[in-house]
Amino acid sequence: MVQEPVRAPEPAAPLVRAQELVKEYPAGETVVPALRGVSITIAAGEFVAVMGPSGSGKSTFMNLLGCLDRPTSGRYWLGGEEISTLSGDQLARVRNRQIGFVFQHFNLLARTSALDNVALPLLYSGCEAAERRARAARRLDQVGLAERMDHQPSQLSGGQQQRVAIARALVNDPRLVLADEPTGALDTHTSVEIMALLQSLNRAGITIVLVTHEHDIAAYAGRIVSFRDGRITEDRPNAAAEAAPEIAAG
Amino acid sequence: MNFLATLRVSLKALRINKLRSGLTMLGIVIGVGAVIVMIAVGNGAQARVEDQIRALGSNIIIVISGSGHSGGARGGAGSQPTLTEDDAYAIAREIGEVQAAAPSLRGSGQVIAGNANWSTLFYGTTPDYLEVRDWPLAEGRGFQSSDMNGAAKVALVGETVAKNLFGDESPLDQVIRVRKVPLTVIGVLAHKGQNMMGQDQDDVILMPLSTARNRVLGGVQAKVRSIGAIMVKVRQNADMKAAETHIKELLRQRHRIQPEADDDFFLRNLSEILDAQEASSRVLALLLAAVASVSLLVGGIGIMNIMLVSVTERTREIGLRMAVGARSRDILTQFLVEAVTLSLIGGFAGIALGIGAAEVIGRTAGWRIELSGAAIVLSMGFSAAVGVFFGFYPARKASRLLPIEALRYE
Repeated sequence: MVQEPVRAPEPAAPLVRAQELVKEYPAGETVVPALRGVSITIAAGEFVAVMGPSGSGKSTFMNLLGCLDRPTSGRYWLGGEEISTLSGDQLARVRNRQIGFVFQHFNLLARTSALDNVALPLLYSGCEAAERRARAARRLDQVGLAERMDHQPSQLSGGQQQRVAIARALVNDPRLVLADEPTGALDTHTSVEIMALLQSLNRAGITIVLVTHEHDIAAYAGRIVSFRDGRITEDRPNAAAEAAPEIAAG
Repeated sequence: MNFLATLRVSLKALRINKLRSGLTMLGIVIGVGAVIVMIAVGNGAQARVEDQIRALGSNIIIVISGSGHSGGARGGAGSQPTLTEDDAYAIAREIGEVQAAAPSLRGSGQVIAGNANWSTLFYGTTPDYLEVRDWPLAEGRGFQSSDMNGAAKVALVGETVAKNLFGDESPLDQVIRVRKVPLTVIGVLAHKGQNMMGQDQDDVILMPLSTARNRVLGGVQAKVRSIGAIMVKVRQNADMKAAETHIKELLRQRHRIQPEADDDFFLRNLSEILDAQEASSRVLALLLAAVASVSLLVGGIGIMNIMLVSVTERTREIGLRMAVGARSRDILTQFLVEAVTLSLIGGFAGIALGIGAAEVIGRTAGWRIELSGAAIVLSMGFSAAVGVFFGFYPARKASRLLPIEALRYE
């Protein structure tokens, strides 16, 4: 299903390096700490599951990793570049070029074809129209939706919509794919399909960080990081990573 | 992200919500259309007034003989024949601003032709009269100097007189009797219509000054060269005030009036009345344009309203766009372009609607309509400005959303 390796793993420099990340939200007079000092290193090519109950800080951690938010204190390097000091526009550029997002509710543009949805990030990286179409079509083919490029989200099943979203996350050849509860809105069968797709992408060299609160979803990852009260409580490799059964896509 | 791509994204967003885009545009369509129709109607009214002014002659000064008095009772203007024919010639000759000056003697009486009769006004005057009044002939010829010198028994008749005396027949070469003096009609004056006071200007007979004085009016006036009034036409673009001052100085000098004594003549001109008329029609035009502009403003607020709703409704979309790499300014541009596109398309539709409506109004109500190119360009520019002005706030609101909050928005 996966036709090309996206990026060869770079074992030397870690892809993600976070140092004492703290994030506090103001709430009236006081501040509520969401992260209380998180340090982590993720190497290129890893498949990391981030677990924890709601309020544990895992979503906040993902937002920081995804450059959607800035830490209150602490430092964060992505591929050797320090992120914590970048401006809003620079963050937008990092999100555009280096990070792919997969959301729980897909977040596809309504009444817009699958192809145009996948091509959306390319619009903001200044690609020519023809190249946008070509690259988007290639990624849709990669996730097994070559036949449904002109379908709108309302004409696709939940699993197919999430595949479109994954194709969109991949279209700019990112270093890091962040998936926030990607199976949260899907039934068990479809969830397994999506996890199989993510695993095959990971085997092709893409670094994936996945947020979930389901143990059987986390079981597909090679490393499991648990959060509680804004801190990492456990960080263990998952050598016995479950191989999702390869189900014919589409 | 280049502008063309932004434009395409914006157009797509508008297409996705066709009904809403259409309804939003409607405000601008009506606003621009109203501006164009109202300005066309206002300009039409103004042009009509200006035509009337031209027909009447706003550059005419009438010099009227002064008031006489007998035993303490003062007569009205013209009761004392202080002006002479020569005053008129002097004015024409010596004052630079003056194009022509025609002396006139006025009388009224019964006019008979065959078995028809009609009471009307007549003026004894010179060929310059027609030039002063901008009054062409419908048929026949005007007075010649031989007519003037010989007090020829000839007359020009106005349209109303011709109709009442001769019906549909041509009055040319027919004989009319004015106060029992037979005069041959040598010309018919072109239709002039009513003046501003509602008087029928075509109800008139013109004859040579000498004919009026010597043959028709007779009496004392036959002995002197006195006349009732002088019609003076001031050159185009010449200063009316200066012309008036010069006429006054010249007449005072000719009549040997002491510096402290009052004038023995009056100067009248129509321009004040006409200025007032013109001003009132200008005010009307302005008022119409102002009312129409309000509707354009309301249309603009409609756009702002819809754009604000749209920003709220599309918060998640904005969050997603930001997550995949849109900068604040990309979002700002997108929403701004959407607003401007809406108002520009609305503007174009409004222009078409306005021109159509103006035509229909002109035809059904019989009003004069003057489409103004400037108004079209202006309302187009204004509708674009409305788009930018009212689109900016929602667009900025959209661009200032935080990506994480926008993404989580339910």
